[in-house]
Amino acid sequence: MAKNKEIEFEASNSKIKLGTSDYIVRGTGYVLVTLYAIACVFPFLIIIGTSFTSESYIRTHGVQLFPREFTLKAYEMVIGSGNIWKSYLLTIVLTLIGTVCGLLIIAMTGYALQRKDFPFRNAISFYIYFTSLFSAGLAPYYLLMTQTYKLLDSYLAVLLPLMMSPWLIILMKNFIKQIPHEITESGKIDGAGDMTIFVYLILPMIKPALATIGLFLALGYWNEWYQSSLFLTAKVTVKPLQYTLYEIVNKLDALRNSVAGQYVTLTDIPEQSVKMANAVLATGPIVLLYPFVQKYFIGGITVGAVKG
Amino acid sequence: MSNKSKKASTGVKKRGVLETLWRYRVLELMCLPAIVFFFMFSYMPMPGIWVAFVKYNYRKGIFGSKFVGLQNFEFLAESGKLFSLTRNTVLYNLAFIILGNLVAVIIAILLNEIRAKMFKKVSQTLMFLPYFISQVLVGLLVYSLLNYDTGFVNEILVALGKAKWQPYSDPSVWPWLIVLIHLWQQTGYNSVVYFAAICGIDAEIIEAAKVDGANAFQRIRYIILPSLRPTIVILILFALGGIVRGNFGLFWNIIGSNSVLYETTDIIETFVYRATMSDFNFSTASAVGFYQSLVGFAIVMLANFAVKKIDPDYSLF
Repeated sequence: MAKNKEIEFEASNSKIKLGTSDYIVRGTGYVLVTLYAIACVFPFLIIIGTSFTSESYIRTHGVQLFPREFTLKAYEMVIGSGNIWKSYLLTIVLTLIGTVCGLLIIAMTGYALQRKDFPFRNAISFYIYFTSLFSAGLAPYYLLMTQTYKLLDSYLAVLLPLMMSPWLIILMKNFIKQIPHEITESGKIDGAGDMTIFVYLILPMIKPALATIGLFLALGYWNEWYQSSLFLTAKVTVKPLQYTLYEIVNKLDALRNSVAGQYVTLTDIPEQSVKMANAVLATGPIVLLYPFVQKYFIGGITVGAVKG
Repeated sequence: MSNKSKKASTGVKKRGVLETLWRYRVLELMCLPAIVFFFMFSYMPMPGIWVAFVKYNYRKGIFGSKFVGLQNFEFLAESGKLFSLTRNTVLYNLAFIILGNLVAVIIAILLNEIRAKMFKKVSQTLMFLPYFISQVLVGLLVYSLLNYDTGFVNEILVALGKAKWQPYSDPSVWPWLIVLIHLWQQTGYNSVVYFAAICGIDAEIIEAAKVDGANAFQRIRYIILPSLRPTIVILILFALGGIVRGNFGLFWNIIGSNSVLYETTDIIETFVYRATMSDFNFSTASAVGFYQSLVGFAIVMLANFAVKKIDPDYSLF
């Protein structure tokens, strides 16, 4: 009780004597943090502004922070082609299936690997962890996926590889570790099997962990362009959103690489505003959602960042 | 107590391996999908490393192609390619690690000093934004700022009556630009770790220092920085473990196949990607990849050894 009073006293005391140094540090803080925050948003404003600007104005005046000669033409073109909705649907389906399956597998594995009575936990942990220490590299992976698994032009080549990573499993393991072992013990005493304990006792207790890791997975799927660039060729018409954007941004390369490209004239190259409208549509959902989910990310980073 | 555990351990020994396997079948089944996954996508490609030692022939496959020993590696080493790729990858990573942590620590400390809750919240949200977007969009953002015809920077230069800037044909500016872009994208994320560590410092210590007349600089210098030291050291060591692994998405989406800039921007990942996807030169790609994996593995081991010396709790194994 006396101690509490003391702290209160000190806290109020410290409020009184704010020295010059405090003002300098705080002032620098406000200035630098504000500048950095503005720098973080600024490029996005250019993308949005330009997407509503007429193409002729962009050609003569460059990209715009605020829309000039306001027009929805770029959006009409992107939406009018119809493929963007299919890309949306594909991306949403991939994200949902991948996140749910990945989350379930990661949670099960994380639970089993943190059980101190499970004799194979170290061996399996090492088996999983080793893959992040040593990898075969891109060329053998590409040859295996395309020649042995025959996954060229298959959506499975995008869905499967993103489903889990050693890092996410370790993160889940560390989350579940924080739950007292007595929970598992009490379930055992009541005669429940390991699966029952996991589903009915553990899963309800790790909702924050599921949210965090689910979001990491979902972000991975939503932003996926890499596996698509490896395995989805021109034969596939509907591609994930970010890869669609990638193709439009790099249209020249894409045209050069595709057989049909030889007969495409330069006028078919998408214009600036169309690129920007595509970027807005592909990124919009994430940017709108993330302020609501960022606390789960922060939770994940602080639990998983250091402890391996 | 020790008697009891002894009994338990001999009990385990008496049971055969098969019996143990059967006893923990449910937990094993729970791990099975992950085991299969890593087998399929991480272990199965490993025998394919052999492609680095052959002259790859599409029809004959990896194991039917002609064995050429270390020829692929020799070619890469003699041409100086291996050296320049390693140099670029390592130097970029060093800059990312040192500056990245420095900036993140500074932002975290400043954020901690700021009292206005609303300001803190909004700025943190904005700082996180670049982390959430795909590298494809990062490439487009950079392009729309810097390109010659319509770029924002050139608009301003023209408005000021200055000559236009052509970064996309000038290799010398990219080390600065790429480091800056990396900091832009990662600082919000990285500073969270340090911010959490600062929040973990006992508030009483800081209050006590205030009572004793320590000013803001002294509190940062003698309390906050020393408390952050272990976190900084461990994070840097872990990052050093990955020093030969480049951030492919960042480089590829900003530079792409603009060969004018390769001299200062080509890292191991971008070279391997081009060799695989554009040139279909699987042997060369795999030789570089295998070299990277071996060196990377050795460095992780060293880093982990160092972490273990400093604080065994944080070591990986």
